[in-house]
Amino acid sequence: MDATTVREQIRQFIVRDLMRDPSYQLTDQEGIITGGLIDSFALAELAVYVEKEFGVYIPDPDLTVAKMDTLDQMIARVMRDQAT
Amino acid sequence: MRLSSSTRAQFQTLLDAHTLTHLDDPRFAIVYLSPEDPPLMVSRREFRDACMQYAAALQQAGIQSRDLVIIAHTQNLESIFAFWAALFVGAIPSMMPTLTEKLDPEIYMQSLEELVKLSGVKAILTTAAFQMTLQERIDCPIYSSEILRQGDRENFQYIQADSHEIAFLQHSSGTTGLQKGVALSHQAVLNQLAHYSDAIALNSDDVIVSWLPLYHDMGLIAGFLMPLIQGIPLVLMSPFDWVKSPVMLLKAIHDYHGTLCWLPNFAYHHCARRIRQRDSDGLSLESLRMLINCSEPVHHHSHVLFSERFGVPLDKLSVCYAMAENTFAVTQTPPGQPARLDLIDRDVLEQRLYAQPIDETTVNPLTQVSCGAAINGTQIRIMGAKGEVLADRGVGEIAIKSDCLLTEYYQRPDLQPFSEGWYLTGDRGYLVDGEVFIVGRSKDLIINAGKNVYPQDIEAVVNTVDGVHTGRVVAFGVPDEREGTELIAVIAEVHSDDPTELQRIKSAIRLAVAQKTTVSVTYVALVNEKWLIKTSSGKIARGANRQKWLQSQSLQ
Repeated sequence: MDATTVREQIRQFIVRDLMRDPSYQLTDQEGIITGGLIDSFALAELAVYVEKEFGVYIPDPDLTVAKMDTLDQMIARVMRDQAT
Repeated sequence: MRLSSSTRAQFQTLLDAHTLTHLDDPRFAIVYLSPEDPPLMVSRREFRDACMQYAAALQQAGIQSRDLVIIAHTQNLESIFAFWAALFVGAIPSMMPTLTEKLDPEIYMQSLEELVKLSGVKAILTTAAFQMTLQERIDCPIYSSEILRQGDRENFQYIQADSHEIAFLQHSSGTTGLQKGVALSHQAVLNQLAHYSDAIALNSDDVIVSWLPLYHDMGLIAGFLMPLIQGIPLVLMSPFDWVKSPVMLLKAIHDYHGTLCWLPNFAYHHCARRIRQRDSDGLSLESLRMLINCSEPVHHHSHVLFSERFGVPLDKLSVCYAMAENTFAVTQTPPGQPARLDLIDRDVLEQRLYAQPIDETTVNPLTQVSCGAAINGTQIRIMGAKGEVLADRGVGEIAIKSDCLLTEYYQRPDLQPFSEGWYLTGDRGYLVDGEVFIVGRSKDLIINAGKNVYPQDIEAVVNTVDGVHTGRVVAFGVPDEREGTELIAVIAEVHSDDPTELQRIKSAIRLAVAQKTTVSVTYVALVNEKWLIKTSSGKIARGANRQKWLQSQSLQ
């Protein structure tokens, strides 16, 4: 799956399922957790989603605000393992 | 000898804890788990010695009997030693939350400053890093663990409190950030632990596993004081680590043969939905005797979800109704039995305030989960609107009277907790054959992921957001099946209809709430000036606006 598709799918998942606000225009560099858009609880949920949809397992130590706060960071992490 | 209703007379204060009086017992006092480091095993003697060392330092610093000492630590062993050290010198400890990366430091400092001023705090115990930050701002002696570790045990003198004196405070937030310190005496805490241990048939084979924060009644009593006082091994981890990695809890139960664990309802969902199969493969929860659901409304479907995901039978999923004002538990379902379910008619409940039982064939019944019967020493009654005592199935406010109630709200004579010896809980419910069923609350309190949140506090924050019409904001809770807790919704009146500006206001509201409170907003609705319903006196009607919003959501 290419990066653009992954990006759009994750963006949709965040605004629809986690933020419950499908009309929200989430940008690529916006702080999703530091910006208060979702609770840090939701990172664990994102990990479940990413494994189910893209077959990428992100171990718990990588599920931190520092490493997974923006769409850009998330996409880079998913694509890294998808490529290998 | 363990503390129970029959041995209660032989315990005077918390310092009679089994862990302290049986130092050579080979079972560990605490195992502390963190994701990065190997488990830290603390023997009973190591526990006593560390507390004594800290206590000696407190004494050398001039902390005296009855002084209020605040512990504002990241949860770790140091905060535990500091808490017990304060007890060792006869002082009154209180655990407070620490500053998190999400929270605005200014808000945290203000609230701590206010607490120091209003409650006459004599010292704050914290980490070295945080000591520097606090010292610049707070007018009160602040000691770091580095200083406390240098105490000289040889020169330490135990100061025993009297059993009726206050042992510690549990802080619960009130509206507009004013802290209420629930003051509990040694005898109240010992009464609670004796009765509650009987209710769960606590025994010497038990091992308690907890991720709960120590400033919360469930974490403080069930997940911290009970194991140490009863000499039951405690396996502890930080709530921050558990939230990120919920499988840690299951692994701890597996590794240490955990038998007891307390969780708020949302945690059943967090574990069932967010632990990945490959992470939980091979972990056994067979050793569990009881998983106890407490601190927020209990849903049967949450138990079913957890049970199906991890294979824990429903008769091990029990329920407790608790509050800091009663030290902790008010009720508990019996071990080895599933919590009783009561199917009732929604319309009759709403219109006649009566829990009319109906059978499964009726359309859309409301499934109520029993919280069990009152523990020994606690009486419960249900009060009607005119102050009358209601019969079984009558729905009203729950009132309690017990031998483990708070002494007072610390230094708050303006808050009178009792009415003729009864404490009015603010929770609404009914009784059936002595078992309590909760249906809601008298006040607008929101319980989000086990945390009590006052809508007024959220509204006050949203009112300050640029672009929001000040005073035209309403916040409320929305029960969510998927999360197993109440999510927070905000409706704010704005004067713009420009999409870019609306998006900016939405983001600003979410950010402000995240930084200035301990929770996050899920739903943000921006409305025009005609939308919000006001009362005849011009006040924003929270309940009516909540109803209106819920209806608009169901139409979508």
